Amino acid sequence: MILSVVLLGILTALPNFLSESQRAALPAVMPTDTLNLGLDLQGGVHLLWGAQTEDVVTSRLNNISDQIRDIRRTEKGLNFRNIRIDGDAVKFEVTSDDMIDPAREKLRPLTTSTAGGVNPLVGGGVQEMILTHEGMHFSLTLTEQGIAVQKREAIARAMEVMRKRVDPDGTKEITLQPQGGDRIILEVPGADDPEAIKNLIGKTAQLTFHDVVTNLSQDDISKGRLRSRQKVLPVKGGGSMVISERVIVSGDDLTDAKAAFDQNGRPAVAFSFNTAGSRRFANHTRSNVGRPFAIVLDEQIISAPTIQVPILGGSGQITGAGSVAETQELATLLKAGALPVKLTVLAERTVGPDLGADSIEAGSRAAIIGFVGVIIYMILSYGKFGIAANIALMTNLVLIVGALSFLQATLTLPGIAGIVLTIGMAVDANVLIFERIREEQAAGRKPFQAMEQGYGQAFSTIMDANITTFIAAAVLYLLGTGPVQGFAVTLAIGILTSMFTAVVFARFLLSTWLKRVRPTTLPI
Amino acid sequence: MLLRLVPENTTIKFLAMRKVALVFSVLLIIASLGLFALEGLNLGIDFKGGITLEVGMEDQPVPLAKIRSTVGDLGLGDVSIKEFGSDREALIRIERQPGNDAAQSVAMTNVRTALTEAIPDIHFRQGNIIGPVVSGELARDGALAVTIAVLAVLIYIWFRFEWQFGLGAVIALVHDVLLTVGFFAITRLEFNLTIIAALLTIVGYSLNDTVVVYDRVRENIRKFRKKPMEEVLDLSLNQTLSRTVMTSLTTLLALFALFFFGGEVIRGFTAAMIWGVFVGTYSSVFIASPMLLFFNVRAESLLLEDEKDDPTVDKSKLTPFD
Repeated sequence: MILSVVLLGILTALPNFLSESQRAALPAVMPTDTLNLGLDLQGGVHLLWGAQTEDVVTSRLNNISDQIRDIRRTEKGLNFRNIRIDGDAVKFEVTSDDMIDPAREKLRPLTTSTAGGVNPLVGGGVQEMILTHEGMHFSLTLTEQGIAVQKREAIARAMEVMRKRVDPDGTKEITLQPQGGDRIILEVPGADDPEAIKNLIGKTAQLTFHDVVTNLSQDDISKGRLRSRQKVLPVKGGGSMVISERVIVSGDDLTDAKAAFDQNGRPAVAFSFNTAGSRRFANHTRSNVGRPFAIVLDEQIISAPTIQVPILGGSGQITGAGSVAETQELATLLKAGALPVKLTVLAERTVGPDLGADSIEAGSRAAIIGFVGVIIYMILSYGKFGIAANIALMTNLVLIVGALSFLQATLTLPGIAGIVLTIGMAVDANVLIFERIREEQAAGRKPFQAMEQGYGQAFSTIMDANITTFIAAAVLYLLGTGPVQGFAVTLAIGILTSMFTAVVFARFLLSTWLKRVRPTTLPI
Repeated sequence: MLLRLVPENTTIKFLAMRKVALVFSVLLIIASLGLFALEGLNLGIDFKGGITLEVGMEDQPVPLAKIRSTVGDLGLGDVSIKEFGSDREALIRIERQPGNDAAQSVAMTNVRTALTEAIPDIHFRQGNIIGPVVSGELARDGALAVTIAVLAVLIYIWFRFEWQFGLGAVIALVHDVLLTVGFFAITRLEFNLTIIAALLTIVGYSLNDTVVVYDRVRENIRKFRKKPMEEVLDLSLNQTLSRTVMTSLTTLLALFALFFFGGEVIRGFTAAMIWGVFVGTYSSVFIASPMLLFFNVRAESLLLEDEKDDPTVDKSKLTPFD
């Protein structure tokens, strides 16, 4: 039993000491997981992003308003006016009494959302909105639950978009992890340019196609005499244009985007729409031949080509986005999709690969020196008993490495410090026991009794002492972040394994020796 | 002959020194608090927000003067530049930039660009930006972590011993934490997130020591019911002295190895820990134990429970020796 635990530890720790090819050659039943090195040891970029989740509520309300307008357009005999956003609600009025009941009927489906249903197996959605009306005054109010679901969804979608943008080929082993309600941690091992990553993610990449408003004079524009649902946007390269806010088709409908060149050899992004997008784009271009449309990226008009012929195939090109490198970036961004929330960097940590290697080297050197020091000291102090404690200590190290590999816990530089500290503190249990045995022997007990008393009496002390340290480690783990958590994990594992090796394993070694040699006094 | 740093059967009168120790500790605590109030701590960017950038050169000393003038020209406010570990590496610290989180990123980009232009051979070993939002939270979480750990421990010891023991242990812990804060105020070592980890480890370690002594005190109270409390405490301290010294030394051995060979990044952490081992060992002997006398622990309260029912005293024979 005792030996099997030790064996298991050796087995799980083993892959760390083998080369890549040796690991690959191991039989399938053998564990092959190695230690998971933290960013501070292998180098890389760690970014903590804050998401402006309030935007999600606004955009959801805008979306609901659009749906209400769609109902007004498609349903005969229903007319709404004064559609507006007020706090967490969309409000409007029906134009006559007899529309109240049919309106309620038509609006009810909007109140539940299948998106982000807490449990997809149960089906049905969550109650996203509450529909109320006072006479002809209607309001659709987002529920707390609805807001929470929207935010959670937005974070999940943002993480997916981030992954596609930073690691389009899925080869970089990046880590994405939500933190709290509105934070995302992104770790890119091996990267050394945080700016490139920040550029890639800092952009929303919201692509939309709009109709260009051409029947306004310059005078109207400069005096801001716009009709509702029209707005002025800057044009890339200078100037501005008025567009209709209604979205013809958006980046959400893209199925593909890649960098290409147009017929004149200028860099361009070639794209294709899905079926729904293709149909809408075809409808618009068919009825607007000869008119310009605006390609808008993040509130800036990239270009506004004139429709020469109806575009029915659902694919096209965007020119005017800039250089080859810029079109390549845009293609990646468009393919990954738009970020549902705006993200800003709250904290950044970059570790160069050479610092990581230096840290590993320094950490291992300190571990070896500390280890050798403790071993010599234990032998000097306790002789044969010290040797048993040292064997236990070595086993302990192997068990820690094995447990860390098995749990796939992340080893950080403070984590190495935790291991070194464990080396110093792990012998404490043995010291407690050995001192007790000395006392018992000095009190005149025979070797067997002295050993048994020593272990028995010291046990409760060891328990109390280790539980209190364990409490500190647990608090550290729960409240700490990143490297500090790494330290807490190794400290906690170290406490558990040292209890086993010092109390159980060393005792096993000593009692085996005692039974064979049967000395008249213990050499301690 | 085996090495014995502490002779057998010592009879040091620890408790007789309790008044001197108490005055000594109170003075140190007052000094620590005063220094903390006047000078504050040398807070790292974890708690203050700001930017650090560690730079290095391949095989020549880092041109500190050139870095200083280059970064100084950018007008980023308070900037400190110093060697880090060796003369091949330097650490640049820049105060938190006015404005939001994005302003910090912009400053970092400017520094990197300017340095690459001025010193083409320079490479960036490590860069950190902590924005204003996160730094406040980290400071709050750190303080919270230490408080929760101390409270959790108070509850555990109360539950395992008696309230006097719990209170005594916690007073010793607060003593250790305050003196460590004082240590950081006087040495001007950077106080950052890893130091919070060190503080919690010191809490764990000091407690470990205190619990070992308390355990022996409880045992001796039960064994020698008629003995005066002062004698019982002295006896317990002397009995555990050899272990106390032994464990402190093995831990210090490991810590000094880390301090001298573990690299610059964790030097602050190990310095705190080394200090903590000394303070923690001292407080277990001279603060935690006299507190029991002070709070008037009586033998009766411990004798009420039947010793034979104590579940943590291992009376089973795991591996019979005979």
